[in-house]
Amino acid sequence: MNIKKFDFGINNYLEDRPKLKKYLPQALTLFAIIFVLGYFTYNAQVNMGNRGIVFGFGFLTQESSFDIQFSLIDYDGSYSYGRAYLVGLLNTILVSVIGIFFATLLGVIVGISRLSSNYLVSKFAETYVEIFRNIPLLLQIFFWYFAALRALPLPQDAINLFDVTYLTVKGWFVPRLVWTNLSVFIGSLVLAIVAIIFTYIFAKKKQENTGKRIPAFFISLGLIIILPLLTFLFGGVKLDFEYPKLIQQAPTIFNFSGGVGIIPELIALALALSLYTATFIAECVRAGIMGVGKGQKEAAASIGLTPNQTLRLVVMPQALRIIIPPTTNQYLNLTKNSSLAAAIAYPDLVLVFAGTAMMQTGRAIEIVSITMLTYLTLSILISIFMNWYNKKIAIKEK
Amino acid sequence: MIDKLALLRPTKERLNLFIFLGFLFFGLGIYDLVSNSFLSKNITSFLPGILSYFTPLIFGFIGLHLIRIEYSGNRILDSLNKNINSNWFNSILTLLLIFLLIIGIPVLLNWTFFDATFTGTSKEDCTGNGACWVFINVWFDRLIYGLYPNDQIWRVNVAFIILILTVGAAFFVHQKIKKYIIIFLLFIFPFILISLLSGGNFGLEKIPTNEWGGLALTFIISIFAILFCFPVGMFLALGRRSSFPVIRYSSIGFIEFWRGVPLITVLFMASVMFPMFLPDGTFLDKLIRVIIAITLFEAAYMAEVIRGGLQALPRGQYDAGKSLGMSYWKLHLLVILPQALKLIIPGIANTFLALVKDTPLILVVGLLELVGMIDMAKTNPKWLGFAAEGYVFAGLVFWIICYAMSRYSISLEKKYKTDR
Repeated sequence: MNIKKFDFGINNYLEDRPKLKKYLPQALTLFAIIFVLGYFTYNAQVNMGNRGIVFGFGFLTQESSFDIQFSLIDYDGSYSYGRAYLVGLLNTILVSVIGIFFATLLGVIVGISRLSSNYLVSKFAETYVEIFRNIPLLLQIFFWYFAALRALPLPQDAINLFDVTYLTVKGWFVPRLVWTNLSVFIGSLVLAIVAIIFTYIFAKKKQENTGKRIPAFFISLGLIIILPLLTFLFGGVKLDFEYPKLIQQAPTIFNFSGGVGIIPELIALALALSLYTATFIAECVRAGIMGVGKGQKEAAASIGLTPNQTLRLVVMPQALRIIIPPTTNQYLNLTKNSSLAAAIAYPDLVLVFAGTAMMQTGRAIEIVSITMLTYLTLSILISIFMNWYNKKIAIKEK
Repeated sequence: MIDKLALLRPTKERLNLFIFLGFLFFGLGIYDLVSNSFLSKNITSFLPGILSYFTPLIFGFIGLHLIRIEYSGNRILDSLNKNINSNWFNSILTLLLIFLLIIGIPVLLNWTFFDATFTGTSKEDCTGNGACWVFINVWFDRLIYGLYPNDQIWRVNVAFIILILTVGAAFFVHQKIKKYIIIFLLFIFPFILISLLSGGNFGLEKIPTNEWGGLALTFIISIFAILFCFPVGMFLALGRRSSFPVIRYSSIGFIEFWRGVPLITVLFMASVMFPMFLPDGTFLDKLIRVIIAITLFEAAYMAEVIRGGLQALPRGQYDAGKSLGMSYWKLHLLVILPQALKLIIPGIANTFLALVKDTPLILVVGLLELVGMIDMAKTNPKWLGFAAEGYVFAGLVFWIICYAMSRYSISLEKKYKTDR
C-alpha cells in the first residue's frame, strides 16, 4: 500500500514547509465547518422567510392551550409553553430518578448474585441479564405497557394490596401524604444530615489522633431517625394519609379518587428502564468485584479484619473505583433513554415539548434545539457530579 | 441454634438416616407447594394462616439442613451441598428459586405451547387460554417485509439470500477468496441491496421507501448504519487525538454533542429540522435522513470506543513507526489501527448491538420496522388484544440477533487475542 504514489507530491511540498503543514489542515477543517454551518443557516433563513416564520423564543410565553395528563406542578391549558416545557422536564427527571434508584438496587443485587457460590442463583442472574439486555428497550416498554399492564383489572375489581393501595388498569393508587408543618420536618432532616457530616469528620479525626473508632454509622442512623421523630412529638408535625376510594362516576364506570394515582405510563417506563439498565449495571458491578485482587482479601484476613470489615473497608472501596465510571455512563444512558416515553405517551420533555408544542407552534428549529440543549445539560450535570464523586474516591497516590 | 442440638446435627455416622429424613422433608415441602398451587389443596390447612403459607419453605429448609453433611463421601451429595446448599442462607435462596421455577415454568409452557393456538386464519380460531400464534402467522409477511408489495417480495428475498449465502460462504472458503467476499460484502452488496429494493432500473418497478418496513427494514438500516458509522467513528477518534487544536476541539465538540442527546431527538431533528436546513425544493428521502442520523449518532460512540483502543497502545508503537519514516496515515493504517481494533472487539460489538437495538426507535418518525409493524398490526380492529404475542415474537427475533452477535464477538475476541 503505497500512499505516496497518489499524493501528486503534496507531501514532499509540505515536508519542506513545516508551518504550512501545521496550519493547512486546520484551516481547511475550520473552513469546511464554517461553510457547512453557514450554508445551513442561510438555507434555514431563506426557508423560514418563505414560510413567514421569524426565529425567536417569544412563543415560550404564549398560552399553550393544551392539557397534560400528569404533572408535578400546577398546569392546565391557560399556562404558557414555557410552563409546559417545565412540566415535561420535571416528568423526565422524575422517571430518570426512579429508574436510576431501582436500576442501581437491582443491578447491585444481580451483579453480586452472578458471583454467588450458589449455582442456581448465579445461573438465574445470568439468565436474567442475557435475556433483558439483548431485547430493545422500546420493545420492553411496549411489552410492559401494552401487554402486561393492560391485563390488569378495571378499578371495580382492583388488586387490593393491604387495603391501602390499589393496582388497576388505570394506574396504581396509593395514599397521599398530608403534612402539617412540613417545613419543621424538613428542617429536622437537614439538621440531622449536617450533624451526621460533623459526626463523620469528628470520628475520622478521633481515629487518626487516638486510633479509637467511634461507631459513626450507628450514631448517624440514630440521628436521622430520632431527630425527625422528635418533631412529631414536640414540633407539631403531623402526617395524615388520604386513602384512595372507589367512586362510581357513571352506572358502569368506576374510578378511584383521593390519594395519588401513579399512571400506568410511568409504571411501565420506570419498570422497563430499571430492568433494562440493571442488566448493564450488574455487569459493571460484577467486573468491579472481580477486578479486586484475591491478594487484597487475603491480606485483609491476615491482619485480622473480619469478613464484614474486609468487604466494607478493603474490597468495596477498590471495587467502587472500577464500578463507578461505567455506571455513570449507564445513568446517562438511562436519562437519555427516558425520552422513549414519547412512544407510550408518558408526558416527558420529548412528548410535551418536541411533540405537542412543536405541532402547535411549528417552530421546529427552536424547539428541537431547546430539547437537545436540555438533554446535553442534564448529561453534563450528571457527569460532573459523578466525576466529582469518582475523584473523591480515587486512589490518592503520594 | 439448631447446630447446638446434637440430635439434629447431621453427621457422617448416621448418613443414611439423615439423607432419608432430609429428602423426606424436602419432598414434603415440594409436595405441599405443588398441591397448593396446582391442585388447590392445602395439606397443612390445620396450621394457622401465615404458618401454613410458609410450610413449603420450612419443610424444605429443614430437609436441606439435614442433608448438609460435610465430606459425606457421596460424590453427588457433596457437589449438591457445595453448589446449592453451602449454608442456611444459600439453602433459602435455593428453595425460593426452585419454588419459583416450579410455579413459573408450567404457566409459561402452557401459555406458549400447550394452551396456544397455532393454526387458523382469524381471531376466532383462538379459543384456548394460551397465546394466539395465529396472529403472527397471519401477519408474518407484513412483519418481515412491511408494506412492500406482495408480488415484489421476491426482490427482498433475493437480496437477503445473497447476503446469507455470501456471509455463510465466507466462513468456509479459503483465506484468499474470503478477502474478495468481504470486499464484495462491504463495497458491492450495498448497491445491489439498494437497487434491488428500490427498483426504478433494470426493468424493476420503483418502490418508494415508505413502503419498506418490517424486519427487512431493521436489517437495511442496521447494515448501512454499521457500514458508515465505523469509518466516521475512526476519523473522529483520530481527530480527537490529533495534535492540531482546531481538528481536536471540533472532534471533541462533535462527539460530545452526539453522545449527550438522546437518539429520539436526533431522529426528530432528522425528520423535522433537517429539511429546513436544505435549499428550498431539494428533497432528501426520509429513510436516508434517518440512516444519516443513526450513523452520526453511533459514530460518536464508536469514536470513543476506538479512542480507548488507541490509548491502550504503548507509545513505543508510535515511536517505532515514526522512526521507520512512516507518514501519519501509513503509521495509523498499518501499525496502530490493526492493533487497536483487535483490543476493542468487545466495545465495537457493543456499539453495533446498541445500534441494532436502537433501530425500533425510528417508529417515532413514522418508519415501521419490526416493532412498528407489530404496533400497527395490534391496532388493526380485527386483531385487537394480541400485543403480548407480537412483542414476545419481536423480542425473540431481536434476542436471537443480539445474542448471536455477542457470541460471535466473543469468539472473535478469543481468535485475535494475542499475549503482549
